[in-house]
Amino acid sequence: MEVTLNHYLLIGAVMFVSGVVCMATKRNGIAVLMGVELVLNGANINFVAFARYTNLGLDGQIVSLFVIVLAAAEAAVALAIALNFYNNHQTIDVDQGDRLKG
Amino acid sequence: MTEQTLFFIFAILAGGGAIGVVILQDIVRMAFSLIISLGSTAGLFFLLGADFVAATQLLVYVGGTLVLLIFGVMLTASGPFRRIKMSSGETLLGAAVGLLFFSVLAFTVIGVNWQAVPSHREVATTPSDQSGNTSRAIGLRLVGIPADAEIGLHKGSGSRTGYLLPFEIVSVHLLVVLVGAAYLARAKRHESRDAAEGDA
Repeated sequence: MEVTLNHYLLIGAVMFVSGVVCMATKRNGIAVLMGVELVLNGANINFVAFARYTNLGLDGQIVSLFVIVLAAAEAAVALAIALNFYNNHQTIDVDQGDRLKG
Repeated sequence: MTEQTLFFIFAILAGGGAIGVVILQDIVRMAFSLIISLGSTAGLFFLLGADFVAATQLLVYVGGTLVLLIFGVMLTASGPFRRIKMSSGETLLGAAVGLLFFSVLAFTVIGVNWQAVPSHREVATTPSDQSGNTSRAIGLRLVGIPADAEIGLHKGSGSRTGYLLPFEIVSVHLLVVLVGAAYLARAKRHESRDAAEGDA
């Protein structure tokens, strides 16, 4: 069986859906961040697969490099926010962060 | 043959790790599952001939971002917060929505005839793809010069712009983020010192 573009897109879909479900259902703030990482990686697989299986050149790989850098930046800031949240609320449960609810 | 075997190993590890992050309840096990998933993704990138992206994935993601996440786990996962239970109704609803969403994506991917798309190509046609040595081509592409292998493909497409401006924006963004993260992480100590001065 030949490995085609479809296989890579399906793996990307599995990672994307796992990340979305993780973001939506987990109550641990760090687990929500892990869901974001999974979503970004699923998108990255699609970018690199399209760069390989089309003749559009290396643009997909360059975009995926930008995504990796932005994901690292996002993780740094989000973890700082999560640690502040933990210091203020003595818990990491995101359901407890409802002080701004009207 | 070897490529297919490797693809299926990495694909099962990447997909299984991603599903493990969703299913597992213990935050430390979730972090380990995420390491497996992201590491296997780097393997998939190597199979796609994107060696520079795969090396970056291993260095930045698995080596940097995940270590940061595990630090977050260690600093927050004390006692009762190591596993936060969900109700079974929420679990069921999440699984149903996830399966529906995945079937939408899967039917879309399978339904499209990618061979009919004009820019589709089946096999590696450029030398840089076959050797997998893409770092020089990516560097040239950043400054707007198509690599040697691509000049033939893009004849007549006119001047294509490079990625130098996005590159600079991303580097300044990264600097701002690092300063902001350092500021956020020490914000509480600053506040308490102010409060102590106010009391005095």
